Amino acid sequence: MTAFPMIARNTALGAFWASGDRIQRLALVLGAALALAALAAPLIAGFDPTAQSLISRLRPPLGFEGARPGHWLGTDELGRDLLSRCLYGLRLTLSLALMGATLGLMLGGLLGVLAGVAGKRIDAVIMTAVDTQIAIPFTLVALFMLSVFGSSLTVMVLVLGLAGWEQYARILRGEVMRLMQMPFIEAARAAGASPLRIALTHVLPNVVSPVVVQFTLSLSNIILLESTLSFLGLGVQPPTATLGAMVGVGRDYMPNAPWIVLAPALLILAVTFCVQILGDWLRDRADVRLRAR
Amino acid sequence: MITLALRRLFRAAFTFFVIVTLVFFATRMSGSPLDFIIGEGLSAEDRATLIRYYELDRPWWDQYRAFLGALFDGNFGLSFIERRPVSTMVAERLWPSAQLLLAATAVTLLLAIPLGVVAALWRNSWIGSAVMSVAFMGYAVPNFVLAVFLVLVFAFWLNWLPVVGNGTPWHFILPTVTLSAAMIAAIMRFTRNAMLDVLGQDYMRTARAKGLDEGRVVVKHGLRNAGITILSVVGLQIAALAASGSVVVETIFAWPGMGELLVNAAIRRDYPVLQFGVLTVALAVILINTCVDIAYTWADPRLRRSGARR
Repeated sequence: MTAFPMIARNTALGAFWASGDRIQRLALVLGAALALAALAAPLIAGFDPTAQSLISRLRPPLGFEGARPGHWLGTDELGRDLLSRCLYGLRLTLSLALMGATLGLMLGGLLGVLAGVAGKRIDAVIMTAVDTQIAIPFTLVALFMLSVFGSSLTVMVLVLGLAGWEQYARILRGEVMRLMQMPFIEAARAAGASPLRIALTHVLPNVVSPVVVQFTLSLSNIILLESTLSFLGLGVQPPTATLGAMVGVGRDYMPNAPWIVLAPALLILAVTFCVQILGDWLRDRADVRLRAR
Repeated sequence: MITLALRRLFRAAFTFFVIVTLVFFATRMSGSPLDFIIGEGLSAEDRATLIRYYELDRPWWDQYRAFLGALFDGNFGLSFIERRPVSTMVAERLWPSAQLLLAATAVTLLLAIPLGVVAALWRNSWIGSAVMSVAFMGYAVPNFVLAVFLVLVFAFWLNWLPVVGNGTPWHFILPTVTLSAAMIAAIMRFTRNAMLDVLGQDYMRTARAKGLDEGRVVVKHGLRNAGITILSVVGLQIAALAASGSVVVETIFAWPGMGELLVNAAIRRDYPVLQFGVLTVALAVILINTCVDIAYTWADPRLRRSGARR
C-alpha cells in the first residue's frame, strides 16, 4: 500500500516523458539540471560571489590567454568569479520568479474565485480591474512601481506577483462559473455539503490542471520581466545580482570582455528555453482537444 | 455600428480614468516626492517654500483635481532634473519612437503574415517546422539578450552597423530587428493557427471544388477570413509588445524616444516626467486597442450587422 503512490507518480512521470519529443526531453533534463545548480549554488560555487579582487579583474575564461586557474568562466570588472556570480544570479532569478508567480496565483486565484461565486457587483469590480490591467503594458506598471517604491527585494516580488494575476483571475472565474452550473455540484449541495466542502472537494480538483498550465506559462513571462527590469538597472541593487543585472552591467565592458555578458546571457537563454518548452508541453498535454489532434 | 464605437470609446475613457487615478495615488503613497529631490541640509523655511511651490500642502482632493485638470491643459509642471516643461520633453520624444515603431511594425507585417501562412500550408513538412522553430526562438529569446548578441556581432566584431542614436538610416537596422523579433514570432504563430482553423472549413473545399487555383483559394478565401482574427491580435500584441519592447530597445541603442525617457525618469526618480510619460504611453496603447476593436467589428460583416461582440 505504501508503494502505491510511488508507482502512480512514476507512471505519471513516465507517461509524460514518453509523450515528449527529443527537444522536450532535453528541456526537461536541462531544466532539472539548472534548478539543481540553483539549489546547490552555495555548494558548487568556488568563490564568494561578491568577493572582489582587484589584481584579477576582467580575466577571460579558462583556456584563453591570461586566465586564472580556478575561475572557470573568468572574472568580471571587479575581479569577482563569474561562475559563482552566475550560479547565485540563477538562484536569485529563479527564486524571485517562483515567489512572484506564487503571489500572482494566490492573488489572481482568490479574486477569480470570488468573482465566480460572489454577486454581480463584486464580479463587475474585479473584472474592471482585470480589464484595466490587460489594457496597460505591464512593463510600464513595473517601471512606475519600482521608481516610486524603490527597488528592494520585497518590492520586486510584489511587482512580479502583480504581473499575470489577471490571467489566473480570468481563468478561475470562468472555470468556477462553469462548474457551479454542473449537476454534480447541485447534487453535492442537495446532499447537504457545506460551501467549503464543495469548494475543496468538488471545485478545486477540477481547476488544478488549467492553473498548473497557466503557472508554467506565467513563470517564463515573469523570468523575462525580472531579467528585463534588472537589465535596465531597476531591479535588485548591487552587489547582489540576478542574471539580467549582470548582462546590464557587463554591457559596458562588452568590446574587451564579452564573456561577462555572454555567460549570464546564455544562461538566461537556457532558462527561458526550458521553461517555454516545458510550458507548451504541459499545455498540450492538459488540453484534451489538442492531444487528440 | 456607431453606438458600438461610442461604447468602446467610453470604455477606453473609463480605463484611462482608472489609470490616471491609480498613478496619482501611487505617487502620493510613497511619501512626499520632495524628500527625494531636496535631500539633506535644507532649511525648514526653504522646504516650506518648495512645498508651497509644488502645492503639496493642499488637501489631496485639491491636488487630485489639479492633476485631472492638467490632463486638459497639458501643464504637468517641470522636470525635477532638467527643469523643462514635462509636456515639451515628452513631445520631443514621440516622433522618434513612432518612427521606430512604424519601421518595426512594417517589417513585422511583411514577414510574419506570409511566414504564418507558409507554416500553415506546409505544416507537415520540414518547411513548416523550420518556420515554427524560428518563431519559437523569437518568442523565447528575451529582446535585451538578442540586442546584446546583435551589438556584439554586428557592431563590435564585424564593425558593420552603428549602435548609438538615430542619425542615419543605418541606425534603424539593429533596433528594428530587435523590436520586431518578438512581434514577428507572436503574429506568425497566430497567423498559422488562424489559417489552420480556416483551412478545414467547408467553403475552402467548395472553392477548390469549383476549380479555383490554389493561390486564389488560399488568399481570397483563406487569408481573408483568417485575417479578421489576425487583425484583432495584431493590434493588441503590437501595442503591448511595442510598449514593453521600446523601453528596452531604446535604452540599449540610446534611441531618443519615449521608452528611453521613461527608463531614465524611473531611475532618476523624476516623477513629473515619469507620470506624464506613463500616462501618454498608456493613452496611446488604449487608443490603438480601441481602434483595433472597432476596426475588427467593422471588418467582420457578421458582427457589423448584429452588433454583438465576438
